[in-house]
Amino acid sequence: MTELLQRILPTVQKPARYTGGEFNEIQKDPASVRVRVAFCFPDTYEIGMSNVGMRILYGVMNRMEGVWCQRVFAPWGDMEEAMRRHGLPLWALESQKPVKDFDMIAFTIGYEMSYSNILNMLRLAGVPLRSADRTGLKNIVFAGGVCAFNPEPLADFIDFFSLGEGEDITVEIVSLYDHAKAESWSKEVFLREVSKIPGVYVPSFYRHEYNADGTLASVTALDGAPKMVTKRIVEDLDTAYWPSEMIVPSTEIVHDRANREVFRGCIRGCRFCQAGFSCRPVRKKSPQVLYRQAVETLENSGHNEMTLSSLSTSDYRGLKELTDALIPYCAEHRVNLSVPSLRADNFSRELMERLQTVRKSGLTFAPEAGTQRLRDVINKNLTEDEILTTCANAFSGGWSNVKLYFMLGLPTETDEDVLGIAELVYKVMETWKAYGTSRKRGLRIHVATAYFVPKPHTPFQWEKQIPPEEYLRRCRLLKSHLYSKAVEYDYHGPELSRLEAVFARGDRRLGRVIEEAVRLGARLDGWDEYFDHSIWQRAFETCGVDPDFYTVRGYGEEEILPWDTIDVGVRKDFLRRERRKAYEGTVTPDCRQGCAGCGANRLLREVDCDA
Amino acid sequence: MPRLLFEKTGSAVWISHLDLMRLFQRAFQRAGLPLTHTQGFNPRPSVSIALPLSVGVESACELLDFALDGESVPCEEIRERLNRALTAGVRVLSVYENGGKIRNLALLKCKIVLEYDRGIPDGAVEKIPELFAGDSLIVEKKGKSGITQQDIRPMIRRIALRETDGQTLTLSALICCQNPTLNPMQITAAIERYLPGCAPDFAKYRRLEIYDREENIFR
Repeated sequence: MTELLQRILPTVQKPARYTGGEFNEIQKDPASVRVRVAFCFPDTYEIGMSNVGMRILYGVMNRMEGVWCQRVFAPWGDMEEAMRRHGLPLWALESQKPVKDFDMIAFTIGYEMSYSNILNMLRLAGVPLRSADRTGLKNIVFAGGVCAFNPEPLADFIDFFSLGEGEDITVEIVSLYDHAKAESWSKEVFLREVSKIPGVYVPSFYRHEYNADGTLASVTALDGAPKMVTKRIVEDLDTAYWPSEMIVPSTEIVHDRANREVFRGCIRGCRFCQAGFSCRPVRKKSPQVLYRQAVETLENSGHNEMTLSSLSTSDYRGLKELTDALIPYCAEHRVNLSVPSLRADNFSRELMERLQTVRKSGLTFAPEAGTQRLRDVINKNLTEDEILTTCANAFSGGWSNVKLYFMLGLPTETDEDVLGIAELVYKVMETWKAYGTSRKRGLRIHVATAYFVPKPHTPFQWEKQIPPEEYLRRCRLLKSHLYSKAVEYDYHGPELSRLEAVFARGDRRLGRVIEEAVRLGARLDGWDEYFDHSIWQRAFETCGVDPDFYTVRGYGEEEILPWDTIDVGVRKDFLRRERRKAYEGTVTPDCRQGCAGCGANRLLREVDCDA
Repeated sequence: MPRLLFEKTGSAVWISHLDLMRLFQRAFQRAGLPLTHTQGFNPRPSVSIALPLSVGVESACELLDFALDGESVPCEEIRERLNRALTAGVRVLSVYENGGKIRNLALLKCKIVLEYDRGIPDGAVEKIPELFAGDSLIVEKKGKSGITQQDIRPMIRRIALRETDGQTLTLSALICCQNPTLNPMQITAAIERYLPGCAPDFAKYRRLEIYDREENIFR
């Protein structure tokens, strides 16, 4: 650690997040390293270290001989200020070396509102922001993660994107770079070669042209680049790499526990959910392998908490077998096992009772919409009956906390649907009166509504976002109908979700806006302490870009979409069909009751879709 | 209750007291040394650290009490297994089957390194010892109930100054560390308040040894 950093650390909050040196951190002999990868997470240490994807890829890259992958996180505001004051460039935790000295700079991007952090981190590193200004092979910047499924707002800054699951493709990319560096390729040659790896998208190989009304006129693949780039997946999760020796942070992080992903993909098809479509097809993992890896992870990390994660854990076929084995192990070793994302079915209710953790956390439901009609529109097949039955069971078992999550502004939503939320809350209160046992504490219902953001690669990818004023009117309407003291209702301002909607479906013209906003000081936009909407307003004005174009306008079904070059497996025709069914109020049964023909199974060669 | 002596150095000095407790709980688990748990609604592994250490301060003399669940393990084996499971910078020096009563822990020997980037100020070598030669030395103390005035002099049993090189002065002090407690940073604060010309650009702290009231080493 440098003398300078030693002097800065006492002046900032939570200094341990800047030092590295945690248990299981990877150190390598610098003399044996040929390729250095600075793996950047565009948010703070506490958020980034909670990201399972980053932990997997950290292991994947460091398993490669001659490659050293090191972690970089966004500094908190106090540290950033100190870095600027002292001219200290952004560094990587493992070697404490400046990011600008690294061969490759990788980002994993899961949230649109972290785009300002990406640019700000490059700026703090002293690396030119625009791809065009980085001319050599050094400092190649690439990115992956869910946001790469519409990479266009970042097209000016990121040299190439790695689409889909990174276990295999990352090795191919870094190996190619190793070769390129040994042979002293130019950046142009490297980009041309890397674009031949399936799943790699090089934005500079595509020309985007616009119509007078601002819509896309054409997307042209240049120099033989593929017309469509298909995301990568891992077919066999049982043999896929899983890091049992994971870094154990020395300071508290957001998800401070061991985590096992039980399967990938989702059978549900909720029409608003990007992950539900873009993470298909469904691939299983055997309970035996999961049990073994869970025990290894716990023994190696010393964690006393473990989460079984997935998009919908109740849909994991091996859940009974896995929990039958894991619950006794966890009880014996005093490990708290938590299973979030459970549905309100019978088995899950039994399981919740077997897991002590529910006692602390209370019940959480995400009905998303207040009426059955609207839940059918969005294909969220959680019925009022299921919610109330689960509440009744829980209330008679002594629980008294319920959280209910909804969205406002869903397609076809009317005031009746908004008031349906209040009605559902009222029914939960009635259920409490009938079944509640812990009278002393009283019932607490926490209601939260989010402002609906239409996402690419979903049946709602063409939808309008309702105007911010209309969103607020609906919030106030709901609030005026929730008058019980037992109910707590929070809603956030619309600004952040509106920007999220802009960038989620944005095109290349937004690059200048992000650059300007960062120049004006935008960063850590996901944090209330730092989010400044006025900066973004000024940036849009300066660049002459109208945010409404990307939000309240809505996209035409025949329009060329900025993300049309990216194939996540699910066919566009299927999304159109699902959209039509949404407007008819027709549900699509989950994939297990019958294949709906989304097309994602085309990605599989060795195994069948496990829906 | 068994006790261990550990040091905290290098990048580990930035780990906070609460995080360090969690770090030890996990290290015991990794080492295959299950801890007993506290009773109550939310049972926690029972470890307790004698004197919370300020973030940024090195130490060669930290004490941690623990209780193992199950069969007893030889002290030397506990030390070895824990050190294999610990983070860089946190190292167990010895393990004891039993320790003295924590309330008898009274004195701390510490080192304060005062760094002067533009060289040691004229007269600092004389003025600093003079400052601590008096009977009383009032320094502001920031506490939960706001700023109070604290007389730190009675809590300093001995203090000596030495010129390490042209840019650093080293203070060695034997101070009260429990009932009452003096944070060594208050010694630097006294210099900053009364001898602003001798205020260092930066100060580093290290705990060296702990004693009972009679200056016997405490374990």
